[in-house]
Amino acid sequence: MSVQMWTYVFVFLSFSLYIGIAIWSRAGSTKEFYVAGGGVHPLANGMATAADWMSAASFIGMAGLISFLGRDGTFYLMGWTGGYVLLALLLAPYLRKFGKFTVPDFIGDRYYSQTARLAAVFCAIVISFIYVCRQMQGAGVVFSRFLEVDVTTGVLIGMAIVFFYAVLGGMKGITYTQVAQYCVLIFAFMVPAIFISIMMTGQVIPQIGFGSELIDGSGYLLDRLDGLSQELGFATYTEGQRSTQDVFFITAALMFGTAGLPHVIIRFFTVPNVRDARRSAGYAIVFIAILYTTAPAVAAFARVNLINSVNNAEYTAMPDWFTKWETTSLITFEDKNNDGKIRYDGNADLNELTVSADIMVMANPEIAGLPNWVVALVTAGALAAALSTAAGLLLVISTSVAHDMLKRTFMPSINEKQELLAARLSIFIAVLIAGYVGMNPPAYVAQVVAFAFGLAAASFFPAIVLGIFQKKMNKQGAISGMAVGFVFTAAYIIYFKLINPAANIAENWFFGISPEGIGTLGTILNVGCAYVVASFTSDPPDDVQELVEVIRLPGEA
Amino acid sequence: MSDYSASAYWKANIKLVLSLLCIWFLISFGGGILFVDFLDEFRFGGFKLGFWIAQQGSIFVFIALIFVYVWAMDKLDSQYKKRPLKDDRENLKGGGQ
Repeated sequence: MSVQMWTYVFVFLSFSLYIGIAIWSRAGSTKEFYVAGGGVHPLANGMATAADWMSAASFIGMAGLISFLGRDGTFYLMGWTGGYVLLALLLAPYLRKFGKFTVPDFIGDRYYSQTARLAAVFCAIVISFIYVCRQMQGAGVVFSRFLEVDVTTGVLIGMAIVFFYAVLGGMKGITYTQVAQYCVLIFAFMVPAIFISIMMTGQVIPQIGFGSELIDGSGYLLDRLDGLSQELGFATYTEGQRSTQDVFFITAALMFGTAGLPHVIIRFFTVPNVRDARRSAGYAIVFIAILYTTAPAVAAFARVNLINSVNNAEYTAMPDWFTKWETTSLITFEDKNNDGKIRYDGNADLNELTVSADIMVMANPEIAGLPNWVVALVTAGALAAALSTAAGLLLVISTSVAHDMLKRTFMPSINEKQELLAARLSIFIAVLIAGYVGMNPPAYVAQVVAFAFGLAAASFFPAIVLGIFQKKMNKQGAISGMAVGFVFTAAYIIYFKLINPAANIAENWFFGISPEGIGTLGTILNVGCAYVVASFTSDPPDDVQELVEVIRLPGEA
Repeated sequence: MSDYSASAYWKANIKLVLSLLCIWFLISFGGGILFVDFLDEFRFGGFKLGFWIAQQGSIFVFIALIFVYVWAMDKLDSQYKKRPLKDDRENLKGGGQ
């Protein structure tokens, strides 16, 4: 069977599975819609969290980025996993004990203020929306390349599927589809990785193959990669290029951001109790680590393969995959010296080949010449990653609108049925908007997605942690901290990424911190500002201090 | 530990969390970023040590940290449950920061 046929088979099978689960797990109450009834097994929640977390960016983009960044790519690896330690130790158990439905719920109740609640709603919607657009765009790219439909049709199919299970099942439908999507995506990621590891190093486990000798006798993989990089004038793969403080700040921003992302936090509201919330964070990081420890190995394999197959090769003799990716403009070749051969060089003036980081994972099985069914599997995996994350984000938007804005703020008189309807309607509208943006992606979508982390780091993370660990933190402190952190981080990013991208060089940055890492400074400003303001204003009321004491103790909510 | 009170529970919890976060910081920011070039002097197999910690080892440590936390908190919870919650409310006030 051809790659095309296999792709249709895998995509059809996986989508049928998701729809089947959606029909089986319809939500009947707001509690089911918002937190899956609070009865999800910690193991299932761990898988769902992993799928929720690992987006198109993790699946399609990350290994590719590391492939081009070398050791600097570490900030993605540590940043996107180390955040789970913070989440497990500082947030998840307490928020579960608090026992409500959303992150703005906690902020609003803990800081006894509708202003705080609405500020949190605003942050949650902005962060989730930036993030969801990238998922839709990712799904569109995958569809257009592998199913050979145009991007619009691709996004429409994706929207229809997400719409179906998110609107019907809410969190309940999303949770169980995410469990299935985790299985699909991890299988799709690991199979090609294992194949390539065996082909290149003879090792079945990619994490071991990463540190092994190449089968062709040219020494250790990483040494060979360093050697090839130097020969072609690229930076040495296992050495860092960015400044230490920048890598430090980016890693910290991604960690704090991970722990402050609402769509990840709300997953911990779905387990039965505090004990399970802790356990569930442990399972989640194991499931995530399977992909995250494999990705850097894939990055190194892919880079060696790419260099070996393209450098100095005749352009006209390039295999099928090269031409196919050229049509999507993700690979471009410009024969600068007119010799008909591809020159891949670290010197931009001599280099004739541009390869988008986005295709390293998706083209990798083809470059390595793996069987057709393996190539096709990657498509199903990438779609599972994009759709599972999109669904989790859409739910945050929907609960923020229906629960926090309507029920808890502007229309407290609506009954459960009306609230559920509002939740379904707002997810419906959010799907439409996200779909529209996916079809007409603004040029800067890919640019700003990493900044969802900066914003989450500078707004939610400190507000929640202080709310739990500082009993005397009051509403004035928390609100001003969130405002300062959010505005500072957003302004820095908008300036360097959108208003004046030409100035985005290390000399112009504060303390040499790139926009990717500025969220860390935003976090520090948030905390500092919160403490200063809180010291001049009155302590929180007794019932709020009582609430803090209760969430610190074990036992049922 | 029959005199286990809510404030002692909270203090034990803080101590545990802080010590785990110290390890978390040392491995990721220390081993993976600040001292990575120094650690790269050492090799095992095809890996430089610093590079391996940055791209592999730190993640394994994160997993271990969370499971140690899960295990230690379960133990702490069961010690604490020997005394009913109500008696301890008063103890917690003032000592809870």
